[in-house]
This record gives sequence, C-alpha cells and structure tokens, in this order.
Amino acid sequence: MKILVTVKRVIDYNVRVQVRRDGSGVETDGVKMSVNPFDEIAVEEALRLREAGVASEVVVASIGSADCQQQLRTALAMGADRAILVRADDVDMQPLYAARTLLKLVEKEAPGLVITGKQAIDDDCNQTGQMLAALWGRPQATFASELKVDGDSATTVREVDAGLETIRVQLPAVITTDLRLNEPRFVKMPDIMKAKRKPLEEIALADLAVEAPPGLEALTYAPPPQRSRGEMLEDVPALVSALKSRGVL
Amino acid sequence: MSMKVLLLAEHDGNTLNPSTARALACANGLGGEVHVVVFAASAGDVANAAAQLEGVAKVLTVERTENGAPLAAVLAPQIAALADGYDAVLAPSTTFGKDVLPRAAALLGAPQVSDIMEVVDAGARTFRRPMYAGNAIVDVKVPEGVKIIGTVRTASFQGAADGTSAAPIEAVSVAAELPSHSEYVGLASQESERPDLQSAPRVVSGGRGVGSEENFKVIFSLADKLGAAVGASRAAVDAGYVPNDMQVGQTGKIIAPDLYLAIGISGAIQHVTGIKDAGIIVAINKDPEAPIFEIADYGLVGDLFKLLPELEEAIG
Repeated sequence: MKILVTVKRVIDYNVRVQVRRDGSGVETDGVKMSVNPFDEIAVEEALRLREAGVASEVVVASIGSADCQQQLRTALAMGADRAILVRADDVDMQPLYAARTLLKLVEKEAPGLVITGKQAIDDDCNQTGQMLAALWGRPQATFASELKVDGDSATTVREVDAGLETIRVQLPAVITTDLRLNEPRFVKMPDIMKAKRKPLEEIALADLAVEAPPGLEALTYAPPPQRSRGEMLEDVPALVSALKSRGVL
Repeated sequence: MSMKVLLLAEHDGNTLNPSTARALACANGLGGEVHVVVFAASAGDVANAAAQLEGVAKVLTVERTENGAPLAAVLAPQIAALADGYDAVLAPSTTFGKDVLPRAAALLGAPQVSDIMEVVDAGARTFRRPMYAGNAIVDVKVPEGVKIIGTVRTASFQGAADGTSAAPIEAVSVAAELPSHSEYVGLASQESERPDLQSAPRVVSGGRGVGSEENFKVIFSLADKLGAAVGASRAAVDAGYVPNDMQVGQTGKIIAPDLYLAIGISGAIQHVTGIKDAGIIVAINKDPEAPIFEIADYGLVGDLFKLLPELEEAIG
C-alpha cells in the first residue's frame, strides 16, 4: 500500500507572528519557515506504518513555490521515499483549491491512505483533509490520536470534545492527525545528505487542470486585542477581596 | 432580500449541546431567517430544545437510523442537499462542526470561513476570524453568488436565550445517497458531575506545575468548591495528568468563562489563545517570570500546594 502525506510550508511555530503595519498580512521577510507541525506528525505516522510492513511506500506532496522543496526535503530526510511539488507560484491556495489539487495527485498515485495534518498553523482553517475526502468520495477520520490499519480497513481513535471517539473506515481513506498521535523523529545529518538524492518531482499546477474554486477575499489583518498585565497580589486574602469586588466570587 | 440561514445543531442524541445556542447568536447576526437542523435517529428532546431558542424560525428534523452517530461522511451529503434552499450554512466550531462542515462545503464547491468571531457586515458578507493561533485577526469576504459556509467560534458569542414561544418543528426527508464505508464504533468519555468546560462560567485549570495525576486532586477540589469546570494545559495533558478532553488552548477547547484560574500554567501562546475572551483571569505560579502573568488580571506568586488550600479556606 502506498501512503500519500501532505506537507505545508508555514512560519515556524516558535516564531512570534507579527501583523504588518499596513494590515496587508503578516511579516514573512526573514522569518523561519518549517513543516507544519501536524504534517510532521502525519509523515511520522506514515513512516511507522511502512516500518510495520503495512505500507510499502511513503510519498510526500506539497503545493506552492520552489521554496517548498525545503520542507519536502525535510520529510524525505525523515524517511519518506519520494516527493511531489505542485508548483503554484503566487496562487492564493485556499483549502478547497488545495483539496481539488490533491485530488488530482490522488487519482494519479492511487494511495491506500492519505494522511494530512488536522490544520495548518498559519491559516488554522482545519478543512483540507475533510474536503479532499469529500471530493474523493472516501471516508475521513479527523483528529486522530491512534491509527490501526487492519487489511482493508483502519480503526481510528479521534480526539473529540466529549472524549475519545473510535470509528472504523474502509480504505482508501483520509486521516488527519492530532497532536498525540505520535512524536516525530529527529532528523540526523546523514539522513539530510541522503535526502538530497531522493526523487523530488515537480508538476506545474496548470498541468493538473484543476478548476479553481471561488475563494475568500482577505480584506485586512490586525493584531489581536491585547489583554493588559493586571495586578500582582501579595496573598490569598488580597485575591479573594479583589475577586469579590469584581463580583465573580 | 432577507437571508435564509441553516444552522447545524450539535447534540449527543439526548441533549442539545450549548455550542448550538452560541452559534445561533452568530446566525441571528446575519439578519435573516434561521432554521436549525437536527440530524438524529430520533430528534425529540433535542428538537424541542432547539425550538425554544430565541431567533429560531423553524426546526427541521432529519430522522434516520444512520443519523444516530455523528459521522461526517454520512451527514455531509445530507447537509449539502438541504443547503440548496439556503444562503448560508453555519455550525459551531467544535470538533463536530470542524469535522463535518468542510466536507459539506467541498460537496457544495464553496469556501468555508472557519472560526467566525464576528459578523462584520452581513450585507457585505464580511466576517472576522483568527489565524496564526490568534496572533492575527483577519476580515474576509465571501464572494457574491457563493453560499456563506462557516463554523462559529463559540467563545466569541453569548448563547442565545430561550424565547417566549417555541418555533415549529418540521420533519423533512433528504434525498442523499449515504455511504457505508464509515462505521461508528463508540465514544469513551469521562463521565463527570462537574460543569461542562465549554459553557461553565467558572473554570479552574492546572498545568505542568501541578506535577502529577495524583496532585491534580487539588485542582478538582478547588473547582468543586467554586462550582467550576476543570481544564488543563496541553503540557498537563501530554504529561498524562488528565485526559485530552480537558485541554484548553488553540488545539484544545477555546473558552470564555467569567472567571478563569490558571494554576501552575506557564502561559504558552497556544494556551493563552484558548482563554483570551475570559472575563477575569487569575494566575497562580511559583515563577514570577511566567508569561501567564502578562495577561492575567490578578497574579499570585507562590507554591500552589500552599496557596490553593488557603484559597479554598478563604472562599469558605
């Protein structure tokens, strides 16, 4: 079985994101970029399935500019077998557009499983995996914290608001990862060298003949309203009297 | 022209989830006629509860055995079919809404606005939503001629109250082919007598500083004294002190209680994102440099194991 894993290039999760003064977006100049952390978990899970003999090949895919090669190389260094970059320069690649594009790759590669992060930490949309599953007409198991593949079905434990939900889906299917699915491995230096020689195919978005869907228009960006630093109190009685005076005790 | 809005009810088969009333407040902000749809094996009590809410013009029930479990693959084609007569489709931005609505949006060929915090201008079809874990707030416009599809960030809205009269309830059948490739196995939930974390007016949360699963009893004890729900930071959940459904933060639950007590929580940005809309935030931490103090209304520096019993005592 082949597993297709999506990898998005995003601002590194350690970076304190700043909104540009003119409200046109967030500052990206000179900012460290990384693999979306949820996608890293997706790559790790695919690799574990391959190591367990469930999968035979792990293909990683990204959509974007040539810079996305860096993130695909990271996934290859983790252990993925090959990579596909759909070159989409200066395209506003929103979730539905991405899902339609990924569907073309899915039709080409015919994977048994597609694993995606549950959301990208830039737009925080949490949509692409579900949308791909819909367009593909296949099951989805989102927010997975446990995944067991057994023949032609997969049993997934999902992190939902009410607790842990278990569903069983027929393959092929789309799985989206939650934080506690696994801990991604660290990439070692020799693996980075080795990854440079692994195949990375580029396909122009135009060659996939994806119908561009309607998208949202981003008007203005603003920093969030700030909570200001309050009062440091000396002791418990001071806290209790403060809370009483505010009417919450 | 007035807008017709379809709101997806969230429920567990017996009870209407409070997130529905909060999403309804957003739906009412669109200024149109709101219909709430209940997908269930048997919609009875849930539909009755939805019909009571202020601003609901009609409750639609779609009852069939397959709708007894919240499977996105089963519900999405029915939502998409029903959406035909509506200008907007909304759902609460809970794990339920996040799972099912994008699947319906894709079937409809429409983009989705995730985590609506505010209806900026219904006529202009503009909405406010957070990105980058809440570090940027963006106003987006849904293009003309496209259905408005969105999940509602429940912490940003006060739940709609019960109205003076009940809306009519109408059973509808939806022509949609349902897949058989997905099977609901079950839910393991932590049965709790405590208030629900997402709707409780008071919440006490513990972090890594609590130190162990055993030590978390001091958090539960204070919460019980306050009649509060109990939450936790991601660090505490990852360390195995408490189950995942207690996690508060960007990747857990986003909440807006009147009073929030952060105990032994350092205040990582992803946690702060989950509590920014709280009324009053109290932080208790032994590290005076902890970032949680930057956003807390009241801070106490000290040993939580000494301060919490004192606090319980003082509350009386």
